[in-house]
Amino acid sequence: MQVTINGETTSVPDSVSIAELVGILDLKKERVAVELNRGIVSRKEWEEVLLKSGDKVEIVHFVGGG
Amino acid sequence: MIENDFLEIAGRKIHSRLFVGTGKYASIQQMKGAFEASGAEVVTVAVRRINISDRSRESLLDAIDPKKFILLPNTAGCYNAEDAIRYARLAREAGLSDWIKLEVIGDEKTLYPDNEALLEATRVLVKEGFVVLPYTNDDPVTARKLEDLGAAAVMPLGAPIGSGLGIQNPNNIRIIKEMARVPVIVDAGVGTASDAAVAMELGCDAVLMNTGIAGAQDPVRMAEAMGLAVKAGRLAYLAGRIPKKSYATASSPTEGMLAK
Repeated sequence: MQVTINGETTSVPDSVSIAELVGILDLKKERVAVELNRGIVSRKEWEEVLLKSGDKVEIVHFVGGG
Repeated sequence: MIENDFLEIAGRKIHSRLFVGTGKYASIQQMKGAFEASGAEVVTVAVRRINISDRSRESLLDAIDPKKFILLPNTAGCYNAEDAIRYARLAREAGLSDWIKLEVIGDEKTLYPDNEALLEATRVLVKEGFVVLPYTNDDPVTARKLEDLGAAAVMPLGAPIGSGLGIQNPNNIRIIKEMARVPVIVDAGVGTASDAAVAMELGCDAVLMNTGIAGAQDPVRMAEAMGLAVKAGRLAYLAGRIPKKSYATASSPTEGMLAK
C-alpha cells in the first residue's frame, strides 16, 4: 500500500506498524519522533499503531540549529 | 567556571553561561572542537524531517553526548503558534526532554518574533509542562508578559539573528534584567567576544549564540574567545564596575611630587 512519509509517496507492507516502519527505514528509534496524520504517536504506542493506505507520516530528528 | 556561581533553570544547575547552537559548522568535528573550547553545557538543536532517501549523513546526536550536554531544541522556522507548538511536541518526543527554545518568527527579513503568537504558544506549552525559553524582542513589557505566563527564562535578542551587530539596545536589556524574576539570556546578534562581554556586564544570566562562533574564520578559536568573554563579563558584573564620569581622576598620589 501507499503512504506518504515526509512528503514522499512510499510503498510499505499492508498494515505495517510504526515500530516496523521505523525498523524498515533503519532509523534509530530513540532519536526520532513520529507524527501520523498530524498527531504525535508516542514511542510506547509504536507497536500497536498500524498504518492504513493514504496515511501521512512525518518522521523527524534533531539537526544543527541555533 | 566561576566558583559558586551558577544559573538554575527548572531545577538544573548550569555552570557555563554560554549557550551554543549546533548550526552552520563545516563539519561535526569542527563543532565538537568548538563546544570543547567554549565550555558550554547547553546546546540548541533544530527539529527537521529525516531524509528518508539519503541516510548518509551522520546523526547530530551521535556527536553530542546527552549526558554531557543539556539539549535545547528550538522551534526555528515557525511563523505561527500552531506550528511552534507542533514542533515543540515533536522535539519533546524525539529528545525526551521538556525544554524548548520557543521561536515564533513574525518577519522573514529581520527574523523578529511575533509577540502575539509567542505569548499564545508560551501559554499552551507551559500548560503542557514544557520548560519554555522564549526568544523575544528586547521589549521589557513582552518579557514581563512571558514571565507571567510561566516562561522559565526570557531570551531577548541583542540584534537580528545572524547579524553580528552586538547589543543594539543595552538599556532595554538592562531594564529587562532588572525587572525579571527568571533568568535573562541574550539570544542572537553577538558578533564577537566584546558583544558577549557587554551582555554579561549588563547583568544577564547567560548568552546564547550560534553564527557568531560557527561563522567565524576559526570557529574553535572564537568559541574559546566567547567562553572567556562570557566569564570576563560575568566577573566584571559581579565585581561591580566604577561609575562613569566625564573627567579624569588621577590614579597616582598627588602628594610627594618633586619641588618645582
